[in-house]
Amino acid sequence: MNTFGAGNNLSLLGLLGLVIRRDLVLAMRRRADVLTTLIFFVMVVSLFPLGVGPELDMLRKMAPGVVWVAALLASMLSLGRLFSADYLDGTLEQLLLAPQPLSMLVLGKMIAHWMVSGLPLVLMAPVLGLQFDMSVQALWVLVAALLLGTPILSMIGAVGAALTLGLRGGGVLVSLLVLPLCIPVLIFGAGAVEAVTSGMSVVSHLSLLGAMLLLSLVFTPWVTSQALRISME
Amino acid sequence: MAINWFKYSAPSTFYGLAGKLVPWFAWSSAILFAAGLYISFFVAPTDATQSEAYRIIFIHVPVSILSMFIYLVMALYAALGLVFNTRLSSMMATALAPTGALFAFIALWTGALWGKPMWGAWWVWDARLTSELILLFLYLGFIALHSSIDDPRRADRAAALLAIVGSVNVPIIYFSVKWWNTLHQGATIKFTGTSMHVAMQQGLWLMMLACWAYVFAITLTRVRSIILERERNTQWVSDLMGERS
Amino acid sequence: MLEISNLACARGDHQLFSGLSFSLTQGELLQVEGINGSGKTSLLRTLCGFMIPEAGEVRWRGENIRELREEYHAEMVYLGHLNAIKDELNALENLHINAGLSGCALDDKQAIAALRRMGLRGRETLPVKVLSQGQRRRVALARLLVGKASLWILDEPLTALDVGAVGLMQELIGEHLAKQGMVIYTTHQPLEVAGVTTRRLSLS
Repeated sequence: MNTFGAGNNLSLLGLLGLVIRRDLVLAMRRRADVLTTLIFFVMVVSLFPLGVGPELDMLRKMAPGVVWVAALLASMLSLGRLFSADYLDGTLEQLLLAPQPLSMLVLGKMIAHWMVSGLPLVLMAPVLGLQFDMSVQALWVLVAALLLGTPILSMIGAVGAALTLGLRGGGVLVSLLVLPLCIPVLIFGAGAVEAVTSGMSVVSHLSLLGAMLLLSLVFTPWVTSQALRISME
Repeated sequence: MAINWFKYSAPSTFYGLAGKLVPWFAWSSAILFAAGLYISFFVAPTDATQSEAYRIIFIHVPVSILSMFIYLVMALYAALGLVFNTRLSSMMATALAPTGALFAFIALWTGALWGKPMWGAWWVWDARLTSELILLFLYLGFIALHSSIDDPRRADRAAALLAIVGSVNVPIIYFSVKWWNTLHQGATIKFTGTSMHVAMQQGLWLMMLACWAYVFAITLTRVRSIILERERNTQWVSDLMGERS
Repeated sequence: MLEISNLACARGDHQLFSGLSFSLTQGELLQVEGINGSGKTSLLRTLCGFMIPEAGEVRWRGENIRELREEYHAEMVYLGHLNAIKDELNALENLHINAGLSGCALDDKQAIAALRRMGLRGRETLPVKVLSQGQRRRVALARLLVGKASLWILDEPLTALDVGAVGLMQELIGEHLAKQGMVIYTTHQPLEVAGVTTRRLSLS
């Protein structure tokens, strides 16, 4: 059975597909890793009402921020899986030696990583939003904002993960480096949902998120490749 | 620091030059601080709305402007080191980081001290102060990354990339925090005097120059010790140590 | 085809070697010798382009490898201390991914033939994590059979291999050299290829 069969000289899209398929298959065979991120997300969101009390008015106001911060933290946690397994068994070196544009390979890894760590958060968020008594409209906007925002978190996180390859201090160091850079995503992502409740324009927030997503797509694969080369010296 | 670069781009020659410059900057800084503080506390008149508490701006304003400027200069040196592979540029970036972080920290404290009499709270999430806090995190991230990597070459290059990414992000972060603050009708700490008394302006300028001189003095001193540490296996350092003992 | 001129390498503060110059042409076999810590692995990694040398250049077909990047990578293959295979995948899947990344067409028949040649008959579809160290090394080496690289850079390829596998490696290297390939390697075990004089480069 040939999941990875490919012809001579793959096109860029074919290459992307190969890398994504590879990472997805690997994630499927290590399902425990994948689920822990999701469980962490659910736990953090559920902790807040326990900490601040079950009063629905207050929870409804807090909800966008809480869900977003939890998504941020869960993303940081999952970054460890992006490069370290490949680094430890030598496959990352081989990716750097492949006669292919490294940015493409990195982009493939980022997309696969988001599909495994970010997308489940997006799908889980509405359920969690209900815990906070969010309106249906707010839930839709939350999903849209997370859909735009979680890929950005994966991509900026990838830069941090590449810079800290093989270092002790692991997850905490990456978070220290990456969290400040993710603050705009947090502000506009949570802001989009708050705009629903305050009756303001949601579109402007979502378009800003969209713009940030495009910027990340264009720049982060290249920056991450440079970071990988620096770390692999 | 824009001296004839190419002549002094070798750590060995820069070491000597820096050594000669440090006393000049240190003394200027001390004198300027004395003059500036005198004007700040004794000459500048009491502000109509904020009374004596406003005097903290004589420290807060220069320090916060410099903390942002130092970050950009640090990122520039780091970029030079990354692109042209010049060791001294990376050493300068490493030398600037702690001072920048310190200034950001002082800016936060003085900002809080300024805010307390005005708003009754130590921290009111003012847009500028919040951005300053994030700037402090960026500095700390740079320092943390650099010190976590054992190989000095990899440390320089990784931290340089981080500094460049950070400096590109700074405008985005500032814009989003400003937006966030206005949306939530946050407090804004700013000087409400319609026109600044001449003495106040003089005070601010003097303090600004004093801080500049301080940054030069301390960074050049720090870079000298970084040079010695990095180049400890070279001939000129052993000669220098020989001379000393 | 491969030229090294005036190469100097440092690891942290420690100068490993300097002023190193040599070249390698088709059909040549070069062994890099030296005591532990003399910089053999660093030299090989510099030849791969991972490490930037302190001084000097590495040239492939007359051009600096840092400028060539992907064109150089297409013609070389590196096998380091790590096997560079995924434990969760089986040998066949690992080979297919490698081939796809290198831009070579590889069908199941060729892949299975390569694995059988490496002595892994019956183990092609087992997840790599259940194989022994020696068998994993063989899976890693199978990459050499299916690629079209002319330059092989091998860092201690014989680690964990039994006598039979060592003999097989010698055969494979011999065949590669006969096809106008080049091999540069380090080893702590003796490696003799029939009919070929091994050039030696000492770093100590």
